[in-house]
Order: sequence, then structure tokens, then C-alpha cells
Amino acid sequence: MVEFAGYEMPLQYAGIMAEHKACREGAALFDVSHMGQAEIHDPAAFEKLVPGDIAGLKAGRQRYSMLLDEAGGIIDDLMVAKFGGRLVAVLNAGRKDVDVAHMRANGVQVRPHFERALLALQGPLAAKVFPEGAALKFMDAAELTVEGVAVTVTRSGYTGEDGFEIGCEPHHAVSLADLLLARGAVPAGLGARDSLRLEAGLPLWGNDISMDTNPVEAQLTFALSKKRLEAGGFMGAAAVKAALAGGVYRKLVGIKLEGRAPARAHAEIRHGGESVGEITSGVFSPTLNAPIALGYVRAALAVPGTALDLIVRDKPLPGTVVALPFVPHRYHR
Amino acid sequence: MTQIYFSKDHEWVSVDAEGIATVGITDHAQHALGDIVFVELPEPGREVSAGEGCAVVESVKAASDVYAPLAGTVTAANEAIVDEPALVNQEAETTAWFFRLRLADAAAVKELMDRAAYDAYLETLS
Repeated sequence: MVEFAGYEMPLQYAGIMAEHKACREGAALFDVSHMGQAEIHDPAAFEKLVPGDIAGLKAGRQRYSMLLDEAGGIIDDLMVAKFGGRLVAVLNAGRKDVDVAHMRANGVQVRPHFERALLALQGPLAAKVFPEGAALKFMDAAELTVEGVAVTVTRSGYTGEDGFEIGCEPHHAVSLADLLLARGAVPAGLGARDSLRLEAGLPLWGNDISMDTNPVEAQLTFALSKKRLEAGGFMGAAAVKAALAGGVYRKLVGIKLEGRAPARAHAEIRHGGESVGEITSGVFSPTLNAPIALGYVRAALAVPGTALDLIVRDKPLPGTVVALPFVPHRYHR
Repeated sequence: MTQIYFSKDHEWVSVDAEGIATVGITDHAQHALGDIVFVELPEPGREVSAGEGCAVVESVKAASDVYAPLAGTVTAANEAIVDEPALVNQEAETTAWFFRLRLADAAAVKELMDRAAYDAYLETLS
């Protein structure tokens, strides 16, 4: 057990390797109830705080977006889903209070449901374990009933695999988890969640993205709606447009290392002997059987094939910039 | 049977008749670390002081230092665990030793814990 964002969380059950493998080959179940679910009552006000197309989000669909500050810094990244007429955001545990305060300060009527539980069922066998959600496609959202229990379901996750995130009232969480485990899901902890998301090239707020990084540097331009950029009118729009037009000094890249020694967060990145950036997340990839990392390098070096040295315990470890994700996504589209 | 001693940093030590200490990490330590994927060992000939970090183990998630439980000179490093780090998870207190030390003071080993004292120490941690 480890402390994470004020919660006592399991780092691992059977072991990170075994849990990671279970998710890539079968179905793994993560308790991610620490994440904050919040209902947003006025989408128009919310849209002024994010660069994504919220007005255009159809009922039954989900979208990845970000709360930006005026400088284009990322206050938090989030998922927002439309269940019928209800707009519900899933916020990072360590940021949910900040997010709600930021929304309210900017006139967004938001109702936190932080007591709600969230279970992430992830892996190629997820739809076999949870046939109730089988009709959904990637990034669909629906309100369903599972053995008499009302749940909110999205077909998405944080592992690069097919899967579901299932929200429910807290008093139903244990029985729902037991049901999914009885149907063959394997319990998995924070350790595997981190190695899986890194293989999938998905950034973690606090490591890879923060108030000090903008979406262009973080290679999250897919989440910048063309329509919204043209129209402007959201916090950080000027900064983001300037970053898109004028380029950025540094960019987030995936790096695959030679050898077996991982480079962890804050390791220095050098190129031709010169310091060019810093690692933000690093892990030993169980799928690739090799160390992988995310880090910021000068924009000119953010090209697959660029050779870099990562400084670990005062020694340079050779690595190469690679296209993300490290392990292909297998979403149910 | 050779007496095995333990440090508070979760290393085990066994000393042979010539005053050569074999050092590894305890079963408790390997279990706490989880799946070990990389090991870095000290070069033979290196002099280490008691408590000095001289080897590194990396699990999927994190790096941890391994300390010299006693002062001495490194005489050997176990390349088998460099080639196959998972051995440390399987046989931490036997074949997966880390390095050997010619002790500066062989009698100093008595300052470490015996098995019963180490087990009692682990109880205080849980």
C-alpha cells in the first residue's frame, strides 16, 4: 500500500509484472475511485475553460480535454462524458479540489460527486467480463444497470487497451468489484496502472504535464478543437495559438533506452554532450522488456530516431526518440 | 551451517573462515521491491565503508540502493543476477547474492542482527 493524492492505494496485488500482463492479455480491474467525478451544470461556462468542443459533444460520447490557465498551462487533464443530457467530468485525484475551485471562480456551476466509486476494467477480454457494455464503442458513454445496480459506463481507460470505466454509488462498489473479479478480472494496482499508461504514451499530470507545460509542448494538439481555436474565447486561447503559430522551445517525446537500466523522472537528457532536457516519467516496460521514458527535449530534437543520452547515476545511458505510443493502442472503435 | 547476519537496510551477510563476507538483500526486501528488472553491482577492488551505497536494484517502478553493511574491499560481484535480475526475486538469500567483501574488521559482523533479531525488527516495521 502506498499513499497517493491523500488516498491509501494498493501499489500491487500479485506483482506489477503479472498485473500488467493480465491487462495486456486478459482483463484487469483497477479501483480508481480516488479520481473525482463531477457533474457540470452549465456546459457553456465550462467550455470557456477548455480548448475542446463541448457544445459539439453528443449524448452518449466522451472526450479528453484540459483545463488551461491564461498562459496555456495545464491546470488538469480530464475526461468529460455526456450521459443523456448530463455532462460529467472525471478529474485527477490530486487536482479535483483545485479544478472545482477554478471552475466555480469562473462561473461554472459544478457539483462534485467525489464520493462516487470508479472501477476501471481494462484489457482485451474486458467486454467478455462486462458484456453489459459490449454494445459501446471506444469513447462511448452510457447509463446502464448491472445486476440491478445503476452505473455510468464509458468505453475508455488509461492503459491503451479496450476497456471500461464504471462509476457507481460507493455502497455498491465492493459488490460490483467482486462481481467483475468473479467473472475473471484480475485485481491490479497503481504500479501496473503507471507502467501500462506509459507504454500507451499517455501523460500523467504532475509528471509529464503541469501548469508549466502547454498542450503544444505536451503533444496534446489532438485535444485542441479547430473550431474552438478559430473562434477563440477560452482561457489560454491566445497562448495556445501563439505556441501553435510560433512553435515551442521543447516537446514531450517517448524515449526507448538501450540496456536494461530505467531512467526515472528528473534524469537529465543530453544530446552531443549538451543538456537538452529532462525525463518526466520512466519505467521498465514489461511488454517490450526494455526501459522506456517520457521527457521534454528541445523541439528540434523531438523527431523519432534522434539519439540521446539519459544521465543515470552520473553515467550516460543511450536511448532513441521513438514515436508514441510505445505499445500500439487496441481500442474498440 | 554458516551464521547469517542482517542489517537494518535489509541486507544479509555471511562470513567465511577467511573473513570474506557474502552480501545480498533479504527475502523481505525483494518482496517489498517487487519484480526486479535491473541490478548494478560494484567493481571488484572498490573500497566501501559501512552504510555506503554500492549497488542498485531497479524494479519496474523504482530504483533502490543496496548498502555495504560493513566496511571492506569488494572481491567479487555476482554477474548471474546482472544477466538475470529476476533471480533476486526467486533466491534472494541464497544464489542471488550481490557482492563479496574482504572485511576491514571481521569481528564487526557481530554488531549486525541475527535471524531472530531481524525477524523482530521486521515486526516493528509492519
